[in-house]
Amino acid sequence: MSQIVNTKRAQREQSGPYGKIGQALNELDDRMGVAKGGRTFLDKIFPDHWSFMLGEIALYSFVVLLATGIFLTLYYVPSQDLTTYTGSYLPLYGQKVTEAFASTVNLSFAVRAGLLMRQMHHWACDIFVGAIVVHMGRVFFTGAFRKPRETNWVIGTTLLILAIVNGFLGYSLPDDLVSGTGIRIAYSIILSIPLVGSYVAFFLFGGNFPGTSIIPRFYILHVLIIPLIILGLVGAHMGLLVRQKHTQFPGKGKTENNVVGSPMFPVFMAKTTGFMFVVAGATALLGAFAQINPIWQFGPYTASRISYAVQPDWYMGFLDGALRIFPSWSFHSFGYTIPLEVTIPAVIFPGILFNLVMAWPTIERKFTKDNEMHNLLDRPSNRPKRTSAGVAVAVLCAMLFIASSTDVIANFFHISLNSVLWAMRVLCILLPILAYPVTYKICREMQGFAGAGKRKTTNVVTRTTEGEYLATPAPAYVDDMVHEHEHEAVPVPRYVVEDVDDDVATEGGVRRAPR
Amino acid sequence: MSEHEQRTPVQLNTVSADDPRLQPAARRPELVEKVIAVTFLAGIALICGFGACYWVNAAPWTLGATFGGGLTLMGVGLIAWGKYLMPRGPFVEERHTLANSEDDRNAFAAAIVERGGGVIKRRKFLGGLLGAGMGIFGVVAAFPLIRSLGPLPKGTLFHTDWVKGTYLVDITGRRVHSDDLAIGSIVTVYPEGLENTDNGQAVDQTVLIRLSNEDFVTQKGRETWGPQGYLAYSKLCTHLGCPVGLYEQELQLLVCPCHQSMFNVTNGCIPQFGPAPRPLPQLPLQIDAAGYLQSQADFNQPVGPGFWERS
Repeated sequence: MSQIVNTKRAQREQSGPYGKIGQALNELDDRMGVAKGGRTFLDKIFPDHWSFMLGEIALYSFVVLLATGIFLTLYYVPSQDLTTYTGSYLPLYGQKVTEAFASTVNLSFAVRAGLLMRQMHHWACDIFVGAIVVHMGRVFFTGAFRKPRETNWVIGTTLLILAIVNGFLGYSLPDDLVSGTGIRIAYSIILSIPLVGSYVAFFLFGGNFPGTSIIPRFYILHVLIIPLIILGLVGAHMGLLVRQKHTQFPGKGKTENNVVGSPMFPVFMAKTTGFMFVVAGATALLGAFAQINPIWQFGPYTASRISYAVQPDWYMGFLDGALRIFPSWSFHSFGYTIPLEVTIPAVIFPGILFNLVMAWPTIERKFTKDNEMHNLLDRPSNRPKRTSAGVAVAVLCAMLFIASSTDVIANFFHISLNSVLWAMRVLCILLPILAYPVTYKICREMQGFAGAGKRKTTNVVTRTTEGEYLATPAPAYVDDMVHEHEHEAVPVPRYVVEDVDDDVATEGGVRRAPR
Repeated sequence: MSEHEQRTPVQLNTVSADDPRLQPAARRPELVEKVIAVTFLAGIALICGFGACYWVNAAPWTLGATFGGGLTLMGVGLIAWGKYLMPRGPFVEERHTLANSEDDRNAFAAAIVERGGGVIKRRKFLGGLLGAGMGIFGVVAAFPLIRSLGPLPKGTLFHTDWVKGTYLVDITGRRVHSDDLAIGSIVTVYPEGLENTDNGQAVDQTVLIRLSNEDFVTQKGRETWGPQGYLAYSKLCTHLGCPVGLYEQELQLLVCPCHQSMFNVTNGCIPQFGPAPRPLPQLPLQIDAAGYLQSQADFNQPVGPGFWERS
């Protein structure tokens, strides 16, 4: 016989020490068994180092992308059918434009907060790709990709590629003059693939360029298919992160077998939720004050028109730069053509680059023969070869990015386009080659000095009652108390030992200069 | 600051409530609380301001400023709350090896190899049939998925709509007369009737330039192609198909604004600079009895960027 509970006090007593919330959790646990896992989740420790925040920027700008993107789908019309623009922007009034272009202009001017949402969406995309790249740099230069995290490195690289592709598809949707030229270039790049290029191009565009299918097809890829894959991979990325736990920099109390930092609940949850608001807020401020992609100034896409200084969004810059500076080497023979001037910079080069990035953990392991589990991070200067290789690739991409504005540089500095082009060709080869030894040397020098990378501490000057001035060194900064660069805490790579002179090497293989 | 030196990581679940590591990180929590409260209040005010701006349909930048400012302030307050008013730790969590015991691993591998392998080895024929069926299904299913997407290229990329006797018209559809252009002028022309079609715009687009009053010969074998100094070239850059939209009159260059390929108008648009590998195809022109410009034939070679089948 169950007891009949009819007083409030009795109800309270029966509900246990944690009240109604406790009771609700019990009900949930009865059905789903969440208590143990939930507790572990709330106790998950997040390292306090600032560099772990970079991935959060990517995650939260993706949240902003989803939210603002849903808003945009409510007003955007993915159609290349022609219509007469009769909206409020007078310079376009009465022009024949596509539905896609007209609806984008309309949602910018006629829908309340539409312009803000569109600019936020565009800015969030630029931030998203940027944050992924910077986050990737952190993971690369600190060796966070090593065993057991190689899979997450590959997932992350795939996310970068998908983010770039979806960014391109997204800025193509308004069907304005600049983005239409971008689609035209993409079509020609696909066409350049040997053997199957023309078939792939015709199948993707539903015929010869421009056709009438590409905007609807880009639309469904941009709003459904690719975001769905990104969402799934983000889930896998974070699932693996929870399963394998965070890496951390070496320091007091930090070992290969623990994680030191703040717990998920409440500390990290408060900080990260706050940070999500800040990312969204910063995006909104950019959307308010920094105009981006004013398509009504570009006008609708017409295949025989073009504007000057045609540059894509920043993350496509390295490809555009590669296309600009690559020489005009076309292959004609046996009745066939391989447009190497397009295939090499726009198909083969990014193919090699991204495959190299994905395979890096394997490549590095081949050289170091290091098959251990790594949960403590490297200080970049302690891994000079990896750091130098990473810097060289980054310098190459940066130079190609700069090369994507040869015309603007030539006009701005009043120098000939020819000189700019040849300078960029030389620099794109020379600087990455120079970057490697320079970085290597800097790394080795930094290893030699115990205080390298630390901030100088100030002196606190006090006056005694007698009028005497005393200068006492202030305590070191909290972050610098952590001896994350001490080589003792870092597993020593085998490949460093070999090329160090015996007389200056310690048994750890790290030079120490007397101080 | 110096007290941070003693910070020792501690197990989260073994800390007692009076442990100093559970105390807030701020030295003056009351002050921090007030600052955070002010931040939150300012954030709330801005978010209300966003509502007001939206209501009265204010300028877009006010919407963004209030919305973004409000969110940022709320976020900064929340971060400060987490950073200064919550247990400062640091806390430590043990890491357990991901790998399972040897027995578990063996049992897992045995389940796959012995159970699965045994079944398949014993029924190799069935396994082969199943594999073949799936393979054939994959290939057959790819047909409607991929083949239906578009037509085959066939000869499309080799020809334009220019044929013998097609009149050159400008974007408004007006025929170009031999008296129309002054020397040094340029106009984009299309085959008559196709000036407003996708194909006319994207494939047939042609630049018409007048260089002189006399017939102009760009290359050997093109003696009749430039009557009265009129020259016509495909407007599609041979690099990536952008319209070659810039005309540098002093140097007689056509310049592509996309990747700065330059073509010399006087010698048959041979590329002089940049990544374009081939000359712009030239359209042979003639002038009819009434003085209107016509094409003699299609371009002498496929227009636009390179592709595999192009010889």
